[in-house]
Amino acid sequence: MPSPYIPNTPVQRQEMLKAMGVSSVDEFFTDIPINYRHPELKLPLPLSELDLKREMQTLAGRNANLEEYISFLGGGAYNHYVPSVIHHITSRGELSTAYTPYQGEISQGILQSLYEYQTLICQLTGMEVSNAGMYDGPAAAAEAALMACRTTGREKVTIARTVSLTYQGVISTYLSRPGLMVEEIAPEAEGLDGNCACLIVQYPNFFGYIEDVAAQTRAAHEAGALLVLVADPIALGMFRSPGELGADVVVGEGQPLGNPLSFGGPYLGLLACRSQYLRQMPGRLISRTTDARGQVGYVMTLMTREQHIRRERATSNICTNETLLAVAAAVYLAALGREGLRQVAELCYHKAHYAAQQISRLPGYSVPFSDTFFKEFVVICPQLPEEINRRLLEKKIIGGLDVSHMVPNGMLLCVTEMNSREDIDRLVRELAPLGEEI
Amino acid sequence: MYPTECRYSKEHEWVRLDEGGQASVGITYYAQKQLGDVVYVDLPPVGTRLLQFQKFGEVESVKSVSDLFSPVSGEVVAVNQEMADKPELVNKEPYGGGWLIRVALKDAAELEKLLTSQEYQGLVEQEAH
Amino acid sequence: MERSVAGRQGCSLPACDVPLSQPPPQGLLRQELPLPEVTEGDLVRYFTHLSQLNLGVDVGFYPLGSCTMKYNPKLHEDVARLPGFSHIHPLQPEEMVQGALELMHRLQGYLAEITGLRAASLTPAAGAHGELTGMLVTRAYHHIRGEEARNIVLVPDSAHGTNPASAAMAGYRVVTVPSDAQGNLDLEALRAAMTPAVAAIMLTMPSTLGLFDPHIVDICREVHHHGGLVYGDGANLNALLGQVKLGELGFDIVHLNLHKTFSTPHGGGGPGAGALCVGQELAPFLPTPMVEKIDEGRYILTAPAQSIGRIGGFHGNFGILVRAYAYIRSLGAEGLRQVSEDAVLNANYLLYHLKEDYHLPYPRPCLHEVVLSGARQKRLGVTTLDIVKRLMDYGFHPPTIYFPLIVEEAMMIEPTETESKETLDAFIAAMRDIAREAEEEPEILRTAPHHAPMARLDEVAAARKPDLRWRAKE
Repeated sequence: MPSPYIPNTPVQRQEMLKAMGVSSVDEFFTDIPINYRHPELKLPLPLSELDLKREMQTLAGRNANLEEYISFLGGGAYNHYVPSVIHHITSRGELSTAYTPYQGEISQGILQSLYEYQTLICQLTGMEVSNAGMYDGPAAAAEAALMACRTTGREKVTIARTVSLTYQGVISTYLSRPGLMVEEIAPEAEGLDGNCACLIVQYPNFFGYIEDVAAQTRAAHEAGALLVLVADPIALGMFRSPGELGADVVVGEGQPLGNPLSFGGPYLGLLACRSQYLRQMPGRLISRTTDARGQVGYVMTLMTREQHIRRERATSNICTNETLLAVAAAVYLAALGREGLRQVAELCYHKAHYAAQQISRLPGYSVPFSDTFFKEFVVICPQLPEEINRRLLEKKIIGGLDVSHMVPNGMLLCVTEMNSREDIDRLVRELAPLGEEI
Repeated sequence: MYPTECRYSKEHEWVRLDEGGQASVGITYYAQKQLGDVVYVDLPPVGTRLLQFQKFGEVESVKSVSDLFSPVSGEVVAVNQEMADKPELVNKEPYGGGWLIRVALKDAAELEKLLTSQEYQGLVEQEAH
Repeated sequence: MERSVAGRQGCSLPACDVPLSQPPPQGLLRQELPLPEVTEGDLVRYFTHLSQLNLGVDVGFYPLGSCTMKYNPKLHEDVARLPGFSHIHPLQPEEMVQGALELMHRLQGYLAEITGLRAASLTPAAGAHGELTGMLVTRAYHHIRGEEARNIVLVPDSAHGTNPASAAMAGYRVVTVPSDAQGNLDLEALRAAMTPAVAAIMLTMPSTLGLFDPHIVDICREVHHHGGLVYGDGANLNALLGQVKLGELGFDIVHLNLHKTFSTPHGGGGPGAGALCVGQELAPFLPTPMVEKIDEGRYILTAPAQSIGRIGGFHGNFGILVRAYAYIRSLGAEGLRQVSEDAVLNANYLLYHLKEDYHLPYPRPCLHEVVLSGARQKRLGVTTLDIVKRLMDYGFHPPTIYFPLIVEEAMMIEPTETESKETLDAFIAAMRDIAREAEEEPEILRTAPHHAPMARLDEVAAARKPDLRWRAKE
């Protein structure tokens, strides 16, 4: 069966070999030691397009998807509405099947889209420069930590305890080389010492609550450290911008900006900062310029920071990033716009508060923290959250994240614009009897 | 292209004795030609102490980065503030407005270890081959 | 932003169906949200126009060396969007995502089989991410053996820039090893560099010159003899599918660029996926999580015993893994072998037909890509940059240029197996025309492109005064 993706026919192959005066394609492989040639490759037999589609449908069918279940799961990946227009734009082959826009003259589509992305991320975060994206939120946070170490010449990165453990884990892995240190601190961030390169805090924090970022910024700056803020971009639709709060570097998970959950990836790392740190930024940057005819155009710029030029002294090793997701994020922010993003944020806020209120009235449940929260909040359950979630699943409800290792019997619930009042009421109805069982 | 009042290093920097035991440092005509359009120059703060042939900064074109090496030892007493806005001066006037740093010389005798204009020209012709 | 008109919106949202709660304290709220106001129609026209200024593999031949710009099957796009793949949350309980975990488990197995190694981690988001992960695994491996003193990583002078950058990010000192006159690693230089401080050597096989190093087995032995590891940059695996297994040659760690070899769309720069394959001794250090099959055919996420930890938020770029899995399933072992044979055949066909017009720095058969030099044209006052800008006028995307660094005026051309003889013939004809133009009418090249959406862009002005975001006019 000829592959539909390989055009050369056996006759053409012979023609090509003959034109070159070569008898077999094997002659091109003679540098490979002969004893190692043609290894056995144990792979399943090839499938036709139709058979493959069926197999993929079968595998996909074994996953409980959020079109069939009601979900209250967050914890770093969020179920937000993805407007249809996004897929129609990002699936255009001219954009999706291109690669890094090294040749600007024929890559204006990607370049200008990324310039729009950089602009919109700056508007959203209140920062002066944004790069064209990193792998995901945690990796962006780790790169921001390294950036802070380079900028300050210091070796210690301090992370507030209320930052997601996933972020903390990735930062620790990235900074595991000798000479760098990572330490945890209470969110009040008292007593930062003179070796601290940056203080990393999360906004809202891992548990969904808004901390006093302005005070955290002051603490960092008094110690001569940068304030790196891990922000939820949807929350920025209503809460004060990181720029106003004094943050130096803003990172975050860009998935909620128009990208599907997709079992954890591909996602998009946001990274923006104040302009004095520009030359220490990792990743790609797009600049507006002109061409030889005087037309406005766009190019990659400040490439001397990057690995393909500065090699071992580059600001990062990143090359391939998440461009198409950045394009999606730009379309998302433009589609929702000034009013729409605020509406999404407010829907999350009011629905989450409604859910919290209803649940806190149930016997056996409580909402322990009184601070302002956005779309996530902690509920203390009357039973192990694991057990509650198991029971909810039977009713086609995916409950919150089990955080009982941090808060006894704690469950982190997430409510977004995707959850209707009916969904929330159903959750409350199903939770009620589980509290009365005790 | 290679003024006789300057001395030259093999790394393509020039140094010119000014008055009061100070000297100006820049990169040569050949060096800027090799680099192409200079887009950014990273220079040390005033007060930095340099050793002869030690790295003191970087010069960038769109697609390359080159280290700058000081042809003399001493303390940096001035850096060319114009570089921040007009790095193209390195291309346009490598020996004039494109100077990079001014150094209070530690040991004027070091200049003798450097190449004369004629010797440097010979080096450049060799490299061009 | 320029098209914004107050009062427009590109997406309608549901009304709030719950009673409004007390709003947060005023001091926590933002006053200004300076985002554009445009309709959905505005957006579609704007981005459709932008897309028309862009060249992708779907538009035409894209022989960007080292990037394996092969055709991306459309079915894979459809299946990646099945709700059972795209609408699942990474923190859902394992019992609810058995299909996704099974797919990942099988893919781990396929990639280990293809590379001849023991285990594969799917967590890295891109090739360079895989390299960093591999270097951290290397560090953990030496650390556990009490060999922290190994602080050097050797990198050939032909290596991708990501190799030295990744090694440095993991805290290693990079020492460059030169290539010899045939384009192979200089064995004498390797022996001289092989001190007890060497943690690993990073090799790309075939090299960035598109050449397979015939001494590879000896190189691996030499490095192992001194206690170092051999790291393989798998960016060029398209040349070797089913021809040879890197693990059998002696490689200890190999990262793969799934988007390249296994044909997922490159997204204008990403997303990709950078699986990391390792031998038995290194498997315990792989990042978290791995997918494991336990009793009764259940799949779970696990942390390897001495894992370096997490390198990304969740389980890697799952959406890309789905496409790579589909690709392997559609081709099978024989299909993959045909892929590498045709990729190599196509590259040699270009080499053969262009070697008279352009300098061929290493006159020997290549594998999946051919590196030519514009040195001859340079003497006519035409640079490689001019040559490839002119290629745009012929409707082709340029090859990779000025890389590898060891070839003067380099042009690195990778046709891939998904291009037909007819396309290659048209490309050869264009390259020959351009070689003639370089001699007869060089000005056409120096001012090219003439028919692309843009004329040559001023990168110097951009680098001197970067304009990185739109600003409202004062």
